[in-house]
Amino acid sequence: MNKNWPLWEVFIRPKNGLSHKHVGSLHAADAQMAIEHARDVYCRRNEGVSIWVVESKYITASDPEEADALFEPAKDKIYRHPTFYNLPDEVKHI
Amino acid sequence: MATMTHQEALFEYLLRLGDNALILGQRLSEWCGHAPVLEQDIAITNLALDQIGQARNWLTLAGEVEGKGRDEDQLAYLRDAWDFRNLLLVEQPNEDWAHTIVRQFLFDQFNYLLHNELQRSQDERIAAIAAKSLKEIKYHLKYSSEWMVRLGDGTEESHRRMQNALDALWRYSGEAFMADEVDDLMAEAGIGPDLRRLKPLYDEYVAHILDQATLTAPEDTWMQRGGKQGTHTEFLGYILAEMQWMQRAYPNMTW
Repeated sequence: MNKNWPLWEVFIRPKNGLSHKHVGSLHAADAQMAIEHARDVYCRRNEGVSIWVVESKYITASDPEEADALFEPAKDKIYRHPTFYNLPDEVKHI
Repeated sequence: MATMTHQEALFEYLLRLGDNALILGQRLSEWCGHAPVLEQDIAITNLALDQIGQARNWLTLAGEVEGKGRDEDQLAYLRDAWDFRNLLLVEQPNEDWAHTIVRQFLFDQFNYLLHNELQRSQDERIAAIAAKSLKEIKYHLKYSSEWMVRLGDGTEESHRRMQNALDALWRYSGEAFMADEVDDLMAEAGIGPDLRRLKPLYDEYVAHILDQATLTAPEDTWMQRGGKQGTHTEFLGYILAEMQWMQRAYPNMTW
């Protein structure tokens, strides 16, 4: 039996209207415990209104070796950015 | 026996609330830097800080009610063991994580029922402190209930440790509901609840969690009492020695 608890990735929503953001990882025996640990480790100072946890082993990450193929082609396509439009001041978080 | 005045009973009642929170908070803080896992270390220290925050509110109010100029610090650091009014349960030692969780669970369920009533107290100051504390206590109860089930219905060793802890601590679980003159005066004044009414609710929830945790409460246990009246187990003196020595050795010292 593995004596170490599995690792979990923690995502916090800082306030309503924003999306969850990865804040770090922690150890816990199960999902409920992971939520509670996340509350105690990452939300001590009013950081959030919602917590997601996912066991780290279920995260599939892109391969750094493939970074060129994955990300380079987007770099010269500046017309895809929304910066060509004038946004009203009321629109936040774009 | 001379009957207490309302003010004397209220002071005693507030000391009980404050001392339960203070002594349990002090006990939990002993885990700081020693818990089995870093995340638990932070979790249990958070619980300790909640308790000490609640103790500050209750003891400040107790000092005001007493009217002799004592503040939270004087009540916390300059009273001797026989002047403390906490339940025997909360002064019992941490031993292992199982004892810590069983003690927390047996206390949290009582504390939850009590504060749930106190938020409707006729005394607005008490109602306000109770309403604020209740949010923290709900979390404590959820936390300790989950650990009860997780460890009780866990491995062979975790089950054995939890059953040992329950066998050792069960005898301290009855005192909270043994109403005395102070409790009765407060209930009559609409300040606190009738403890006899809360007892069945306590028994029902505790039995429900013990069942899920595959743990068995000892039968026909002689329930220990005395903490509410100032007669404590030998453990309280050691807690106070550690908690109070600095203020005793260097009176009026501040950070």
